[in-house]
Amino acid sequence: MASDMNHLRGKTAVVGVAAWGCGEQPGWNSLEIMGQNARMALADAGLSLGDVDGLWAATAVHAMPSMSLAEHLGIVPTYSSGSNIGGSSFMSHVLDAAIQLDAGLIDVALIAYGSNQRTAGGFRSASEPMPFEAQYEIRNPINAYAMAAARYMHEFGAGREHLAEVAVAARAWASQNPEAFTRDPITVDDVLSARMISDPLGKLDCCLVTDGGGAIVMVRADRARDLAGDHAKPVYLLGAGMAHDHRMISEMPDLTTTCAVQAGQRAFAMAGMGPADMKTVQLYDAFTINTILFLEDLGFCAKGEGKDFVGGGHIAPGGGLPVNTNGGGLSCVHPGMYGLFVLIEAIRQTRGDAPGQQIPDATVSLAHGNGGVLSSQVTTIWGTADAL
Amino acid sequence: MGPEAQFQQYLADGRFMIQRSASTGRHVFYPRPFIPGTGEDDLEWVEAAGTGTIYSTTVNRRSPEKGGTSGLVLVDLDEGVRMLSRVVGMAPEDVTIGMKVKARIEELNGAPAVVWEAA
Repeated sequence: MASDMNHLRGKTAVVGVAAWGCGEQPGWNSLEIMGQNARMALADAGLSLGDVDGLWAATAVHAMPSMSLAEHLGIVPTYSSGSNIGGSSFMSHVLDAAIQLDAGLIDVALIAYGSNQRTAGGFRSASEPMPFEAQYEIRNPINAYAMAAARYMHEFGAGREHLAEVAVAARAWASQNPEAFTRDPITVDDVLSARMISDPLGKLDCCLVTDGGGAIVMVRADRARDLAGDHAKPVYLLGAGMAHDHRMISEMPDLTTTCAVQAGQRAFAMAGMGPADMKTVQLYDAFTINTILFLEDLGFCAKGEGKDFVGGGHIAPGGGLPVNTNGGGLSCVHPGMYGLFVLIEAIRQTRGDAPGQQIPDATVSLAHGNGGVLSSQVTTIWGTADAL
Repeated sequence: MGPEAQFQQYLADGRFMIQRSASTGRHVFYPRPFIPGTGEDDLEWVEAAGTGTIYSTTVNRRSPEKGGTSGLVLVDLDEGVRMLSRVVGMAPEDVTIGMKVKARIEELNGAPAVVWEAA
């Protein structure tokens, strides 16, 4: 049995972030958007391109993104990886970077993403067709999430109106965020009457299709304190855990329970914390069902109770638990892969400079990534120096 | 021939075959060279009963130029394995979770495929 990774708690921190080109960025290609974010995140940290020796990138369209990015930036990293487990890749990159920083293998880790999918003509993916599924014309990812939603509704007596509450709350957060792509408030009726895409998911149950890029810079905690002087306060990685069990939806053992259960347990164990300690919760909401499943699987409520937990404005501004405070993938930004933006919102909330509604005293935030078809689950927990 | 090619060869011969471990009796789908998770490599091909239950379903509402509306289902076979497929012979909107279905082999996108109809 391998030893646990809990000694990584508080050993590394994010010292720079950028989220540029979100929404529509016509005339820019994906790599240019990624590169701009890399440069801006380094500037935010008070570092420069030449300081980067660990590089991570993943996109839906590049076969070797970290190589393309290193070339674009003009750097020669000691270590680079384009490891791709879908939208949660960036949380897994954080865990990789923390391990390598802590081991002294690298000094400055840069994790970046960029996409021009919206202005380039819509969502596309370099993913191979799934054997035993492609012949039936499955449209991934939406058909898979729709079947999870249908099963959830069947098992727990939920209705489309329960899912709709997630979209309404996300939009309410987005309406307060000048960086969000869609900001007009919506109602449950708006969600229910929107065009059906894949039953039971309608258009407003689905994430946006936008352009956008982001980057974060990580260093060891001692370096972070040195850099803090003139720059933003460091946000420490308190916990991280990952798990995945399937690639194809037909191989997911139970469509209403994800590997966020194991990922969350591992992250909470490292942090020495539990769900009640989280001041904000950022979840990868590619579809409305995601938010419900992840709130349950991460332990914020019991299995089957998520449908009621998300109602009555509980996860909306002014509710009991701030969830997806930027507006999420449903209403803020979703440029193909959204995981890095989940991280960025958690980090900004924790350091106190969220672009939308800043949650007071948000000393600890959770950022949970999801990839594939509810496949890869990676949970991270972030805190200020006071939370160490 | 690997397990995927063997499965397709059986389908071309009009047979819906899945795998079963001789020692454990456990069925496996999709076909593999060994049991996932435990590794027993004593899998043999057996005729599927061809009976199952709808585990989940969706209606994929595509525009006509993108193929039009079609259905997708996850079927739990009575042998305890699951497959993605579609239900034929009825509107996809009418397929419900828990519905009993039976298999047949049909040409789909240029190759034989297992599809399901109401039992």
